[in-house]
Amino acid sequence: MGVEIFALSTDSRFSHKIWQEEELSKMVPGGVPFPLLSDAGGRVGSVYGVYDEDAGVDIRGRFIIDPDFNIRAMEVLTPEVGRNVSELIRQVKAFQHVVKTGEVTPSGWQPGKPTLSPGPHLVGKVWKEWKPEDAF
Amino acid sequence: MAEAKDGCVKPSKGPIALEAPNQEPLTVTLGKEVSKMLARVGKPAPDFELAAFVDGGFKNVRLSDYKGKWIVICFYPGDFTFV
Repeated sequence: MGVEIFALSTDSRFSHKIWQEEELSKMVPGGVPFPLLSDAGGRVGSVYGVYDEDAGVDIRGRFIIDPDFNIRAMEVLTPEVGRNVSELIRQVKAFQHVVKTGEVTPSGWQPGKPTLSPGPHLVGKVWKEWKPEDAF
Repeated sequence: MAEAKDGCVKPSKGPIALEAPNQEPLTVTLGKEVSKMLARVGKPAPDFELAAFVDGGFKNVRLSDYKGKWIVICFYPGDFTFV
């Protein structure tokens, strides 16, 4: 898919190093293959709307940025619930597809499933192309 | 005096204000007093530069160096947290 991934927390780069070496490397051989950034003081998290001032940490926020450097998607969760990486991958593939083709991807789209080509011909006719069960 | 290569403190720019030549200066200044949320879908990603642990070493990473590629950035509450 050709995606650059960056992980950010308010921890220091020293903490990142030990976490990678002592724990992450036991989950993923060689450790996670992306940079761990130190957002000391939540300066960047504030701009992205994910810094929790009361706790002093960046909460779970995830942003997809396209090659033109525009934000395409964001998802923000309070810390107790982890993310769904399959959904992230699905969204990246969907955005890559629409940028490449100009088509749009209806609810529940997965790679290989039908897309829609918007235009006057489709007005009032989406029911022919897409069924509610396609959403799942 | 030589600067320590990986010293105790590594300054980074943090958030970097967008160029806005024809407007009033943004309230955002380099690395200071930034509290306004600027991230919006369909709008340019706020740029930043931060210290990082990358490939076994330390270096600063600037987001806009990766313009032209698809990028995912993930914030998380902390190293060694549970979820």
